[in-house]
Amino acid sequence: MKYLDEYRDPQLAQQLSRQIHKITTKPWVIMEVCGGQTHAIVKFGIDTLLPDKIELVHGPGCPVCVTPLEMIDRALVIAARKDVIFCSFGDMLRVPGSTTDLLAVRAQGGDVRIVYSPMDAVKIAKDNPKKEIVFFAVGFETTAPANAMAVYQAKELGLNNFSLLVSHVLVPPAMEAILSSKSNRVQGFLAAGHVCAVMGYTQYPPIAAKYKVPIIVTGFEPLDILQGIAMCVEQLEEGRFEVENQYTRSVKEYGNQHAQDLISKVFQVIPRKWRGIGEIPQSGLSLTDQYKDYDAEIKFNLEGIKTQESLECISGLILQGIKKPNECSAFGVKCTPEHPLGATMVSSEGACSAYYRYKRTS
Amino acid sequence: MDSLSCPFPIQQYPQVLLAHGGGGKLMQQLIEKMFTQAFGPKPASGLHDSTVLKLPANKIAFTTDSFVVHPLFFPGGDIGSLAVNGTVNDLAMSGAKPLYLSLGFIIEEGLSMEVLWRIVGSIKKAADRAGVTIVTGDTKVVDRGKGDGIYINTSGIGIIEHGLSIVPTKIRAGDVILINGDIGRHGIAIMATRENLEFETTIESDCAALNDIVSCLIKAGIEIHCMRDLTRGGLASALNEIAQDASKGIQIDEASVPVKEQVASACAIMGFDPLYVANEGRFIAFVPEGQAAKALKILQNHPLGQGACRIGVVSDDPKPLVTLKSFIGANRILDMISGEQLPRIC
Repeated sequence: MKYLDEYRDPQLAQQLSRQIHKITTKPWVIMEVCGGQTHAIVKFGIDTLLPDKIELVHGPGCPVCVTPLEMIDRALVIAARKDVIFCSFGDMLRVPGSTTDLLAVRAQGGDVRIVYSPMDAVKIAKDNPKKEIVFFAVGFETTAPANAMAVYQAKELGLNNFSLLVSHVLVPPAMEAILSSKSNRVQGFLAAGHVCAVMGYTQYPPIAAKYKVPIIVTGFEPLDILQGIAMCVEQLEEGRFEVENQYTRSVKEYGNQHAQDLISKVFQVIPRKWRGIGEIPQSGLSLTDQYKDYDAEIKFNLEGIKTQESLECISGLILQGIKKPNECSAFGVKCTPEHPLGATMVSSEGACSAYYRYKRTS
Repeated sequence: MDSLSCPFPIQQYPQVLLAHGGGGKLMQQLIEKMFTQAFGPKPASGLHDSTVLKLPANKIAFTTDSFVVHPLFFPGGDIGSLAVNGTVNDLAMSGAKPLYLSLGFIIEEGLSMEVLWRIVGSIKKAADRAGVTIVTGDTKVVDRGKGDGIYINTSGIGIIEHGLSIVPTKIRAGDVILINGDIGRHGIAIMATRENLEFETTIESDCAALNDIVSCLIKAGIEIHCMRDLTRGGLASALNEIAQDASKGIQIDEASVPVKEQVASACAIMGFDPLYVANEGRFIAFVPEGQAAKALKILQNHPLGQGACRIGVVSDDPKPLVTLKSFIGANRILDMISGEQLPRIC
């Protein structure tokens, strides 16, 4: 497949692997920020091509995983209403709330639909004027432009039966939160290529300088990731901490200006709670006052929702790179993709799910 | 069959009514004018509560399957052809020669009679192509809103005319795993036509009856150890089921598994792995290493096996795990899917 096969070439992968072995003299801990990268690493077995001295830890960049439990519970309450068609990206449907999940709400009669684009939800709103259409707007900077466009279009079309349940989060503040934590082990980052395709990478040099960590904007195919690791190790070995762009075929320094304009027109930056990590200042998005009529949290009465996290789940530590999935006593025993205790086991991009699917040995 | 017009008075009953399943005159009319017209004349002894069959072998295979696919018509097939091929293929996978099918309809009140006729026509065509006869049937009509247009159940009987025992426990370390073509087409064709996941493709389902291609292997004396059609859960689930039943490890080479570019692209967009996507005309065969080349040639010479290839081997690892050599040459496990694949966020 064009634009993919070129980046899965086994000979080039082996060559990059040899290069990384050659330049690595000390142990290094590198975090890949994005869940898509985690998935690719275990799916293609990239970690098995690395020297033992390189430890990859998996970052918080899985939107499903970091969506707070109370937000899932709000989604469940809204989705169960008879007057609502609840639209969501597919992998949110299996995420467990305090008591149930969206798939179960659907089985109980809720109209829960998987859409591929938030614009599909706008079309559903247009076609169903007597129903309230709610789109679950989760994700990072990657999905923010399309979600912003959906609200923008709904307003342009004069639709008053469309709203977003917003749980948007931003990557750079999460990286800072990890680096400033006392238990931080991360010495270098593979930044999330798709986030940077939207936002560019001008936000990263101050982080690299302040915490003395190299940050490599990295893609998602095996050769991208191996090259990103090679660039990161090279800087670490040489004592440099710069921002470099591996993913030049998609990412420009200033990103996609149109997308950024749309995001800032519709959304504003606010503090957000991250599941397993807690509240991070200036780390999320909510709708601006101009678009507050499209905010599902305002539109629907959501008071009195009580949440209860699993006491055994260590997904917070996993999302910060402090623990690995197989260090959890519930992993693969009490916690499986069929019966997940936490979101990192649910999403296909979650580190626990990736380990369960690709790295079990029995 | 295509050229035949429906003998049933569609003008009079443009839609299926509850009474068409009620046991009275309307039901009788539907059976006699539409179903027996399509599936063969009424036996001289009259329609009876059960049919009496003469079977030439002392070993038979018997299977049943229900079909609830939505949409009813999709590129490359429909619920009718699927209902025939699905059951024929289940019989073929134990090396049986499929002979007879039963046909149970559960129809939602209000289904267009024309749609029913198109489905009946498709069943007839698929049955003729697979060489099976519909020998018994049943029709029920449920209230509007309590079904999804139509559900079909087919059961099938096939005869075993060889001495092989084609079951998972027969696989041996060193066995070669062959596949008859590219994977993932049926699942993606269905997905593309579902209204809330709109994307355009020209991918057609691979829906087909596999009994003929399997009989070519058996007739050529290939000592098939096991076969499995790759329906729900796709190739990955079939391999895992067999590994577990046989308590044997299986090794697959990802680069050797054929996937059409359009299917691979659709999967990449949706975040699906083609190894888990459903097929309706693909199967794997476990054959002894010494016969693998001959078996492969036989498959490739058949219209349903032109893309056949070798995808892996049975290992001597007693752990029932499927391991996959990834595109870049690293090894990982290939697990069974949990739940259904869901399109991911980004």
